[in-house]
Amino acid sequence: MSKIIEQPRFSCALGAQQTVLAIKKGVPIVHSGPGCSRHVYGLLQRGQGYVGGNNIPCTNADESDVIFGGEEKLDKVIDGAFKIIDGDIFVVLTGCTADIVGDDIGSVVSKYQEEGKPIVYLETGGFKSNNFVSHSAVVNAIIDQYVDKYKDSEGVKRGLVNVFSSIPYQDIFWNGNLKELKRVLEGIGLEVNILFGIQSKGIEEWKKIPNAEFNLVVNSWVGLEVAENLKSKYNTPYLHFPYLPIGAIETSKLLREVGDFAKLDKESVEIFIEREEEVYYETLDDAAEFLLEFRYGLPNVFYVLSDSSYVIGFSRFLINELGIMPGKQFVIEDTPEKYIERVTKEFENISKRRKVDVEFTVDAGLAQEKIKELQENNHGQFDLYTFGEGERSDKHLNNRALILGSAWEKDLSERLNADYLTIAAPFTYRLVLSGGYVGYNGGLRAIEDIYDKVLGSYN
Amino acid sequence: MTKINLEQSEVEVREKRLGSITGFNGTAKELISYCQDGKPKECNRNFSQCTGCNASTAFCQLAMIRDIAVVNHAPVGCAGEFYNYNFIFRVGQKQRGVDNPIHGRYFNTNIQERDTVFGASDKLIETIREAYRRVNPKVIFVTTSCASGIIGEDVEQISQTLSEELGIPVIYCSCEGFRSRIWTTGFDAAYHSILRGIVKEPRKRVKRINVINFWGSHVFDKLFKRLGYELQYIIPFSKVEDLEYISEATATIQICSTLSTYLAAGLEQLYGVIEIKSPPAFGINGTDIWMREIGRVLDCGDEIEKIIQEQHEKVRPEIEKYREKFKGKKAYVTAGAAHGHALMALLKDLGFEVEGAAIFHHDPIYDNGDKTSDALAQMVEYHGDVKNYSVCNKQIYELVNSLNKSKADVIIARHMGMTTCAAKLGIPSLLVTDEQFIIGYEGILKFASRVFDALDKDEFIINYSKHCKLPYSKWWLEQNPFLFLGGNNHVENY
Repeated sequence: MSKIIEQPRFSCALGAQQTVLAIKKGVPIVHSGPGCSRHVYGLLQRGQGYVGGNNIPCTNADESDVIFGGEEKLDKVIDGAFKIIDGDIFVVLTGCTADIVGDDIGSVVSKYQEEGKPIVYLETGGFKSNNFVSHSAVVNAIIDQYVDKYKDSEGVKRGLVNVFSSIPYQDIFWNGNLKELKRVLEGIGLEVNILFGIQSKGIEEWKKIPNAEFNLVVNSWVGLEVAENLKSKYNTPYLHFPYLPIGAIETSKLLREVGDFAKLDKESVEIFIEREEEVYYETLDDAAEFLLEFRYGLPNVFYVLSDSSYVIGFSRFLINELGIMPGKQFVIEDTPEKYIERVTKEFENISKRRKVDVEFTVDAGLAQEKIKELQENNHGQFDLYTFGEGERSDKHLNNRALILGSAWEKDLSERLNADYLTIAAPFTYRLVLSGGYVGYNGGLRAIEDIYDKVLGSYN
Repeated sequence: MTKINLEQSEVEVREKRLGSITGFNGTAKELISYCQDGKPKECNRNFSQCTGCNASTAFCQLAMIRDIAVVNHAPVGCAGEFYNYNFIFRVGQKQRGVDNPIHGRYFNTNIQERDTVFGASDKLIETIREAYRRVNPKVIFVTTSCASGIIGEDVEQISQTLSEELGIPVIYCSCEGFRSRIWTTGFDAAYHSILRGIVKEPRKRVKRINVINFWGSHVFDKLFKRLGYELQYIIPFSKVEDLEYISEATATIQICSTLSTYLAAGLEQLYGVIEIKSPPAFGINGTDIWMREIGRVLDCGDEIEKIIQEQHEKVRPEIEKYREKFKGKKAYVTAGAAHGHALMALLKDLGFEVEGAAIFHHDPIYDNGDKTSDALAQMVEYHGDVKNYSVCNKQIYELVNSLNKSKADVIIARHMGMTTCAAKLGIPSLLVTDEQFIIGYEGILKFASRVFDALDKDEFIINYSKHCKLPYSKWWLEQNPFLFLGGNNHVENY
């Protein structure tokens, strides 16, 4: 696998600062060079929100910190942060400089921990991993160093579930996706610790993590390390749903699996699913005529460039619900070796009728070369109206492509006359607030957004 | 004056070269006098917030040359802003009417943990070769990072070797984040690379003016056409061949000395391209001085006097109307150094009281060593002092504290991310994005109209400020804004 990267779409380990920012009144304290935090923010966030962007406390390491160490400076910045910033949980994260130089941040932070201050730390030097990996690491750091100390002593609460799914900000729809997950899980009778974003109760909710009856990981692999940690720490069992459920088929499947796992009353789970599906399909019914009869061409082959949870989720949705055929799919997240086999297997289960060709690569520039080649050499330009010669050959298939990816795909899509929808970072051409593609509501939204782009391509 | 030395593979950082600082609190006059007496002392802070690093500023110039590739030798996180610059690159090419706009080709070597132990040179070599294969560029720039710097990669050597192998310039640009406290050092690093690797000895002198700028509008065309000169806007959106002979131009003008100090001085020192040393043309007085300097250097003083007179007649009555509207209004400025000084002059021209300024850094002198380039001194001499003048290194907590105590009617900012804190306090703001837009005589009126709009259209801010909270503690907002700024209590110690 190529390890160099043209067109980066994720961040380094320090990207964990966005996970911290997604906790209500969570404050990262970054012990790094002056630009690191901004590089993360520049990729993943459009507005500062409460304490993001330029508000983030940082030691801004310079040459003298690299030569003499930066522990003393960090100590001062932590001290100042507690006085200046109104926060509930402070998380010290390091950059490359501190980690290579070998600053002992544990000893700096432990002083504050002993005073009972809400602070934890994690080494996140950029070279150590990426933000897909460090997301779980920082969640575990907060659990191990903070939640465990201040946990609610009431024991396991029946029906309470912790959800680990989207990586805040790396999943550009994290807020909307988590909102919908919480909604449908509550719909089948669970109480949900969603932990991040507008739907969360902040650090008070985190303190109840150990009280959950079970944990739910809705992601191809991110979050499994948190679930494992909680299993060994509190003996909490977990259910793994290995992709994002987009649309009715997948969401109902998730809810049934959760219902079985949590031994919920089957009938009430089915009542909720039935009600949701009724709304979903009644709504879809309004689009059927357009989907079946639109005369000027709709996309017929799709390419997704994103992390595996999205690539699997969208592949399932586009094939099984919309009947769009898979081109080649690209998983760009640098999937850890130990999960590759498991994730690859998921691609084999997407459809009984269709093979989904997938490639794991961080080098999306190379992925684009391949898409270009496939589209250009496969069938040529889409030509829906050349039915004249009687027999229907490949050449006459509608080859119009739908590309789901990041801002990097805009230029490619224009060159290939493909329909393009932003679903991943960097998301320059989109403003995302509370929308998302997960769940019943997300599936309908995906249909709206995809065909909005298609219709928008006509003058 | 800086000695421009192209034998050196790395540019000397601003704090050493120019004595630039990132911390100060006092009056503008005080700061000027410390600088004129010698280098002012740097002030450290006991609390700080993230700023920016010179890798971004270097990248934002190199990445917008149209037939190059950039290889960033770094962990993937350092490449986080690639698309943001690509967006500016794409939109900018269309705005400038460039034929066949392209998108940027930027690569990252993805330095990982094992590379920090065993070295990442092989990866760098592989990436440069692959960038060459995919892009077929005229030049490849190699930018560095904290990680590549600390593990001691010999990027200069690798660049030279690959230059020979590929037959195109592969140019090293040293911009490790920790190298300089002043992120504008990255501009110098980029220009040092361009001077070392692209610019050639002049074959002749031509009637052309270099305009060192970012990606703003073509504001100088009319003036220089009248004077009989061709303009070349550099560096963004140029091709490599356009840059090879910027050494043949008659003179160099600038829209921001903070941006271009090193390149302008370099072109004059190495190739005799005259640097127009007056501060960029902002405000009536600033534009007069700049115009007369153009007249002197290009030997067209009579024509310039005519233009000055025409323009004064045109804009002065309009300015008077705005002065009436802005009477009694107070403004706060936050911006980079040279541009901040320009904004203060503009505001004072329009009748505002500049209540305070939080300026990101300060260069006591520019690379040309010429005191007439000091825009702050020029502004203070003409318009008077600014009482609350701080060099803030983009520290929002200081700014919020100051704004909370101020009576400012509007805040004028030059960098993104500075206006929302004002908005949360209910203060309207204007972010000046196109720096060229407000230059010259007409620029004053354009600026005035924007400021008027900002003051007038405050519905969003009124509602937003009622509901969205600042992350700063009540305790902090009651303190002296410069409580954490050390060593600055007794300025006479300088």
